[in-house]
Amino acid sequence: MYDQFLYGTEAAINGLMTGVMYSLVALGFVLIFKASGIFNYAQGVMALFGALTLVGIQSGQVPFAGIINAIFGTNIQHFGWTVPAVAAIILTIGVMVLFAWLVERYLLKHLVNQEPIILFMATIGLAYFMEGVGDLMWGSNIKKIDLPIPQGINETIDSLTYDWFGYGFYIDNLDITAAIISVFLVVALTIFSQYSTTGRALRAVADDHQAALSVGISLRKIWVIVWGIAGFIALVAGVMWGAKSGVQFSLSLITLKALPVLMLGGFTSIPGAIIGGMIIGVGEKVFEFIVSSSWFGDFMGFTMNATENWFAYVLALVFLVFRPQGLFGDKIIERV
Amino acid sequence: MKLTKLAAYAVAGAMLASPVMAELVFPSLSYRTGPYAANGTPVADGFADYMTLLNERDGGIGGVMTNVIECETGYSTEKGVECYEATKGEGALIYEPLSTGITYQLIPKTTADDIPMLTTGYGRTSAADGNVFSHTFNFPANYWTGASVGINYLLSENGGSLEGKKIALLYHNSAYGKEPIRTLEALAEKHGFDLTLLPVDHPGQEQKSQWLQIRRERPDYVLMWGWGVMNQVAIQEASNIRFDMNNFIGIWWSGSENDVAPAGDAADGYKALTFHAVGTDFPMFDDMQKYVVDAGLASGTGEHVGTVLYNRGMYGAMLAAEAVKVAQEMHGTADITASMMRDGLENLVISDETMAAIGLQGFAPNFTVTCQNHGGPGLGAVQQWDAASQSWSLITDFIAPDMDVIQPLIDADSAAYAAENNIEPQCN
Repeated sequence: MYDQFLYGTEAAINGLMTGVMYSLVALGFVLIFKASGIFNYAQGVMALFGALTLVGIQSGQVPFAGIINAIFGTNIQHFGWTVPAVAAIILTIGVMVLFAWLVERYLLKHLVNQEPIILFMATIGLAYFMEGVGDLMWGSNIKKIDLPIPQGINETIDSLTYDWFGYGFYIDNLDITAAIISVFLVVALTIFSQYSTTGRALRAVADDHQAALSVGISLRKIWVIVWGIAGFIALVAGVMWGAKSGVQFSLSLITLKALPVLMLGGFTSIPGAIIGGMIIGVGEKVFEFIVSSSWFGDFMGFTMNATENWFAYVLALVFLVFRPQGLFGDKIIERV
Repeated sequence: MKLTKLAAYAVAGAMLASPVMAELVFPSLSYRTGPYAANGTPVADGFADYMTLLNERDGGIGGVMTNVIECETGYSTEKGVECYEATKGEGALIYEPLSTGITYQLIPKTTADDIPMLTTGYGRTSAADGNVFSHTFNFPANYWTGASVGINYLLSENGGSLEGKKIALLYHNSAYGKEPIRTLEALAEKHGFDLTLLPVDHPGQEQKSQWLQIRRERPDYVLMWGWGVMNQVAIQEASNIRFDMNNFIGIWWSGSENDVAPAGDAADGYKALTFHAVGTDFPMFDDMQKYVVDAGLASGTGEHVGTVLYNRGMYGAMLAAEAVKVAQEMHGTADITASMMRDGLENLVISDETMAAIGLQGFAPNFTVTCQNHGGPGLGAVQQWDAASQSWSLITDFIAPDMDVIQPLIDADSAAYAAENNIEPQCN
């Protein structure tokens, strides 16, 4: 039984860490939803696009090489240089900000005052468009991220827990790194929104578009800033998930992991995204641990596996019944 | 003026009315977009490039040019069926749908339309029973033979006994991933090893629970039936928990360069099954370079030539082309129909002579297709990844599966399908 307790604790800690990885994706959704009321379906593709662009720039890949070669009959794939990691990150952030500007200029500007469902549909279109552009720009090959991100079992935790409990816990260094980055992001975003002029303007827009406009806040400028920040967070999420699996087009599917986090944490709360992610992470890992264990099988007569995907949604749905706005979301009050 | 116009119309009309040049149509149900694009692209390139090679070097097959009609499925079963319906009227000779899901949907359709289907290394395993599945072929290997080859390899590594060993199957929680379970359960009973089943939900980006369980239970070997991102994450997680890569063996859809690249040096020693050779060390590839890549006619950039999945696509095209030759000879015409193509597939003989003539001697095993056996011998080999040289190499000869275990499973499954669909045995 002591062994099972240790295994369960290990599963719970890993769940916490995995939940933080989910939160990284959910954070981008929250930012955009807070500022513009748009559920941005393209957030997962933004993570993919950001990571693709970073690897492409860093490795000196020629963007749109396929099209260029087809038109001019050339066979160029690489510039023949590599870009240092820091410069590549800065350039990629620049691309994501440019993307934010383009989205505002050619999409959002034309959809002001439209129903939320129309804005949502527009982001679905945006997701497919970006996926296609990403493929044309950088190709569909799986790419390895060349950043010094620690990965693998954390030896210190392994040996410490072994000394203490007689069983070494497995915690992935990548997950620890993601947790540190997430904490940093939440603190930075909170300080930005509480104490900077732009942050206050952002909050004003989030509270009431009309009132914000009436005091001279530029809605369009705020949208560019918010989409730019969401693009940066998407880049971070893409890099962290891409470090695990390589940068590939299935990265866009990480959106599926963010949805229950948002339902649970609330669509408008930055801390909610983190806490929601942790609850989902711990819940799904502990549940999987319990229902797949032999003692559960002995007791119930059956075991279950691969429960994580559906359990996350079931957990979120249970929360929805009692708190439709999520744990930290704004309470919706409809006045007649 | 009117006369000039009339003359122009007459010439145009005559051109349109002239007989259409015969061609051999091969629809390619590819997926160059979506989450599995990285795998679908080299397979489609290999298939298209081999057909281009035949056109450029040999003037087609039997003097008739080949025409590959590519249709994008995005690895979606619905789109795959749409592609089938959209292309079957173009004179399609054969379908290779590159997806187990699409295969299941097309089995009744292709049978009704009298168009053969070749599902090399995937699809419905019991389609190996040609008595029931008249239009579906899955030579030279299928999932059940793959599972058995994997176990036979482990038997050879353990002095012929797996008694008391613990083997875990990490599988994609889908029809594809579940395919080897029945075979492995039967083999576990026969050889006395303990089988643990570890499903991973689609797409497989998160596998922490499964690898924590592997770390706790310490199986001697892990077999993997994965696809797409599941493979890369599994190999990374295995290295994270310091699982010995020499004891980690994937099916052939978990053994491409794409699967090991993200883990870098940590993937060194990882093994996978295969039913064909790797690399470009065969004379055919010299022709491929000369007539297709250097001539600027390659389907892609040419960078995939010789990679595992490119070779698999090329091998699929080669098998189809050889079946065309058999059909042309059987029916005495170069311009064959889909029905004739089916006959060609059912009478296909791949021998040393055949492979040597193509320039691929030793690339894949010899086999003979019959009316009863659409599945071939099921031979498979083991390949291993060397991270230093960034290459796969075969570390075994082609190993035979345990047909004593597999054949009864195939017979039972195909008999159930026949009963369900009122199918009379076609072979006498």
